[in-house]
Amino acid sequence: MSEGPVPEPTPETLPFWEGTAAGELRIQRCNACEKFYFYPRPYCPTCLSEDVEWRPVSGRGSLASYNINYRPFPAFKTDQPQVIALVQLDEGVRLMSNIVGVEPTPENLPLGLRLKVGFEPRGDQFLPVFTPETTEAE
Amino acid sequence: MTTQSMHGGNIAIVGASETDQIGKLPNTSMIHLHTNAARRAIADAGIDKSEIDGVATAGPTAIEVADMLGIRPRWVDGTMIGGCSFMALVRHAAAAISAGAANVVLVTHGESGRSHVGVPGYGRAASSISGQFEAPYGALAPYSSFTTPVLAFLKSRGFTREDLAEVVVAQRQWAIPNERAQRRDPIDVEGVLATPPIAYPFTRDMCCVVTDAGGALVVTSAERAKDLPSADRAVYLLGSGEGTESVIVSQMDDLETFGPFRRGAKEAFETAGVTHADIDHVMFYDAFAHLPMYMLEDTGFVGKGESAAFFKEGHTRPGGDLPMNTQGGGLSYTHSGMYGMFAIQEAVRQLRGEAVVQVPDVTTSFVQGVGMMFGAGGSLVLSNQRG
Repeated sequence: MSEGPVPEPTPETLPFWEGTAAGELRIQRCNACEKFYFYPRPYCPTCLSEDVEWRPVSGRGSLASYNINYRPFPAFKTDQPQVIALVQLDEGVRLMSNIVGVEPTPENLPLGLRLKVGFEPRGDQFLPVFTPETTEAE
Repeated sequence: MTTQSMHGGNIAIVGASETDQIGKLPNTSMIHLHTNAARRAIADAGIDKSEIDGVATAGPTAIEVADMLGIRPRWVDGTMIGGCSFMALVRHAAAAISAGAANVVLVTHGESGRSHVGVPGYGRAASSISGQFEAPYGALAPYSSFTTPVLAFLKSRGFTREDLAEVVVAQRQWAIPNERAQRRDPIDVEGVLATPPIAYPFTRDMCCVVTDAGGALVVTSAERAKDLPSADRAVYLLGSGEGTESVIVSQMDDLETFGPFRRGAKEAFETAGVTHADIDHVMFYDAFAHLPMYMLEDTGFVGKGESAAFFKEGHTRPGGDLPMNTQGGGLSYTHSGMYGMFAIQEAVRQLRGEAVVQVPDVTTSFVQGVGMMFGAGGSLVLSNQRG
């Protein structure tokens, strides 16, 4: 269990959080535009169509940008640096997450680094977090 | 009485003041940073309070600000788009005055950003979009969220951390002679990099100071301005723009450029009918060292990838050909939380010839704000000539 703010699902975002609890990253896709989008909304932000669906995605992506936060807020109950990352999923959407399972140094975190999702318990929810793909391959 | 256009010099800032003190003010509540600056701005304008029929603010409600000052306005605006709210509020005030919906508008700001006196809770709901999709990862403060796109920006242009530090070095030079500035020690690139790490790639001095401070403006028609005691110090609104993008930083349309800067500045220049060559002075909202880089490129003063060299070559420093953030900026002067008001205040001082470090021959200033961590932008073209 990691410490920190616990996300509170709304009716419109609940399927995302039900997905993470089931070990799946689910992202919405517009059937009209044939494109994934994020953050969750009950319609497509491009064409406003309600013909949208939740789809499990690969959970793989690459590191688009990040910072290494040396001053975590007290809620996290840690003085260890946090990697606050922007992850570009292979399906084309970008989301914020943490990179875990790797020493938080710039050398370990080149942009473009391949990542895969995992799920970390936080309160009554599960947060999608990412680890470098290579750590598993080794 | 209505004027033809909100732009082109038909609307003027006739009163402008910061709080008498800025910095650490543990004995002043947030709302009285507003009222202190407001009373000073009204006095600066030389206008009777009874003429003020519009009140605009961001943070507390316009109801509270107006009532605290004993004003019963017929027009109010509480547009809240973060630190650039004040650019937008000046713009909205100009529109209202042009349309006849208000005659004299008071725009106020005040934040007890450092001492947190009389400040309502800043907590964000765990059910909000940021509460669900960013706060859980540590993006709870500007330093840990506003900074997330920066490595992508730097990499796309081949820029380095040293380039970020150059922005700080340039601006510090303006702050050194300014006794109201918070950070006044001379510093070089190595020195900036040696300050404590905050959120890689940012060190402390690449992040703004945190202060208690306020500021206020009095805005009216150029016609009314002519008859005020402050007539010869009026600053005219030539052009403006504003816009918004995503509610959370991770969803920026493009990590390497910000739409509201591009679009807002374009509209501001078009409505003003001036070009970049006409601008003598710029204020670029600098909560962090990367913002002036984005802004220089996105507002079109330099091309993509040219901002780092521009800072390094000294164009923005004292004596340079594009003096920027001439009171030291958010990085060195003051930053209460929503800095936009202070960028406007310094532009007004420069245009009036009243700045602590006065740039010679300033006629036209461009002010670019940002709000809510790449959520919004606001742009103003201000001049001491009516156009």
